[in-house]
Amino acid sequence: MQALFNQIRRLTLFEVALLASLLLLAAFLALPIVFIINHAFKPYNELFQFPPTFLVKEPTLSNFYDLFLRSSASIVPFSRYLFNSIIVTSISLFAVIVSCSMAAYVLSKYRFGLKKAVMAMIMLSLMFAPETVAIPRYLIISWLQINNTYFGHILPFIASPVAVFLMKQFVDQIPNELVEAAKVDGASEVRIFLQIVMPLAMPALATIAIITFQSVWSDGQASTLFMQDETMKTLPYYITTLTSGANNTVAGQGMAAAAGLLMFLPNLMIFLFAQKRIMETMVHSGVK
Amino acid sequence: MKDVTIVRAVPGTEAKQTKKSRMRFAPDIKGMLVRAWKERLAYLFLAPFLISFIAFILVPVALALLMSLTSYDAFNAPKFIGFDNFIALLTQDTVFMKYALPNTLKFAFFVGPCGYALSFFIAWLIYQLPKSIRDIVTLAVYAPSLAGGVALTVVWQAAFSGDYVGYINNFMMKFGMISKPVLWLQDPKYLLTIMIIVTIWMSFGVGFLSLLAGLDTVNKELYEAGKIDGISSRLQEVYYITIPSMKPQMLFSAVMAIVGTLKAGAISVQLTGLPITPQYSGHLILNHIDDYAFIRFELGYASMVSVVLLLMSYAALKISYKLFNPKDGE
Repeated sequence: MQALFNQIRRLTLFEVALLASLLLLAAFLALPIVFIINHAFKPYNELFQFPPTFLVKEPTLSNFYDLFLRSSASIVPFSRYLFNSIIVTSISLFAVIVSCSMAAYVLSKYRFGLKKAVMAMIMLSLMFAPETVAIPRYLIISWLQINNTYFGHILPFIASPVAVFLMKQFVDQIPNELVEAAKVDGASEVRIFLQIVMPLAMPALATIAIITFQSVWSDGQASTLFMQDETMKTLPYYITTLTSGANNTVAGQGMAAAAGLLMFLPNLMIFLFAQKRIMETMVHSGVK
Repeated sequence: MKDVTIVRAVPGTEAKQTKKSRMRFAPDIKGMLVRAWKERLAYLFLAPFLISFIAFILVPVALALLMSLTSYDAFNAPKFIGFDNFIALLTQDTVFMKYALPNTLKFAFFVGPCGYALSFFIAWLIYQLPKSIRDIVTLAVYAPSLAGGVALTVVWQAAFSGDYVGYINNFMMKFGMISKPVLWLQDPKYLLTIMIIVTIWMSFGVGFLSLLAGLDTVNKELYEAGKIDGISSRLQEVYYITIPSMKPQMLFSAVMAIVGTLKAGAISVQLTGLPITPQYSGHLILNHIDDYAFIRFELGYASMVSVVLLLMSYAALKISYKLFNPKDGE
């Protein structure tokens, strides 16, 4: 704290003005977050009060209570969506980390025939947004007969060029000599990968973990397109049913805010936990 | 998996070989096989990613290309009709020409280049701060994109609600900017603007973090050297030193901006709760695809529109490479 004050004292006038305006800007940009936290704890009468209040006056857990208990009376209870989301996200996370770090390792440290072609495809598909080819994806999922299964949620996420790219850029920093030396000492390929490269690539691992978590956790597309069975859909889909059209009632809005907050919190906690490592990885994120 | 790669590798060699001589064709397959076997570990490691990549990215794009040349309604077999879909798009699709295309261009311009510039500017401002508060400010700016569109829908809906209880309405009436509530999300005049604002608000994501990290990689001595060479203002510093030094991160961030813009097409649906916005006011190309694919079931036509969208984003990628290619201009 003392160090912080000393730093601030040393600032020029320009920097103080800058600091003040930037803090204001940051506070402004963070408004939706403050809003959703307050909204989630508002009782009914405050949600639609006139004049509207930004901050909650009498915080209550009634929205969360509605979300968990009242919806259990409906055909598919909230807990089912939450359960699906947790299953899908954790398995996808594991699968993406394993497959992408393996791919990144060989792309960075090995020479093989198709390397150039694969790399070129990855670079090109960095800008790929699955939304653009929703129809063929839907057809492929039905041909593979994995609609209405967890595979339909998980498998498409393994194709994550951004994760492979970030990981590869980071593994590139690990000196080749280290890998060579381990080989000379007789370590097997799998051992080099698991015991030498992976521990050194932890920052990048944390980064692709959070990026993947974010995209899987908040993805509603798989639920809308590939899952016709209500019991196989995930949390983001449930939230869109709360906020759209006929369901957008008084109770619906409070529940949507509570569910939105539940969606945001895990993201936030993981990011806080890994912020340093993410910034370390981002240093190497450049496309060279 | 190895077999697959070999099979994929063979046609290329065949073409090359037939040019030279047919005699050496056979031994080379063996050579390829031997090589592939030697590299089996690499392919094995690559397999899980590559299979998924082929199945869910490569094949869908190829399928979209094929389907764009057909008339297909998901019930009857696809019928090949050549470029009729493209011709229909250019000559008959008034909704595309009048709404989807101009809306998308406007949306993409503000969210893409303008959002990107804003992202760089904020990252640069944050970088001027003392290290100890940087993390907190970064988090505040990054948090909305972390929450994502779905979680925040309820926030935007409450803020832009069209009655007296809407936060924006209430705020603006209090300060006399408007005299009666405005139907922000239902009025075609405002919807696109609101979509742009909301999307930019949530756009400070991975690309922004990359820019911020990139600023840290710039060699500090360059700034000293720049001062001696006569750089007088911060603006010149940014233009002559900062941007050229962090081109790789600028490029990555630009690519992320393109993806973000493409993905943001669903925002109109989230905001209004309608698949087609009032008077097509927030109709983007992505909504146009969904309209034809999942409401009208004209899958061939919808695929053609997605091919057009892919081509447009490819063009944006090419432009980004031109602007920020680290290999030239150094």
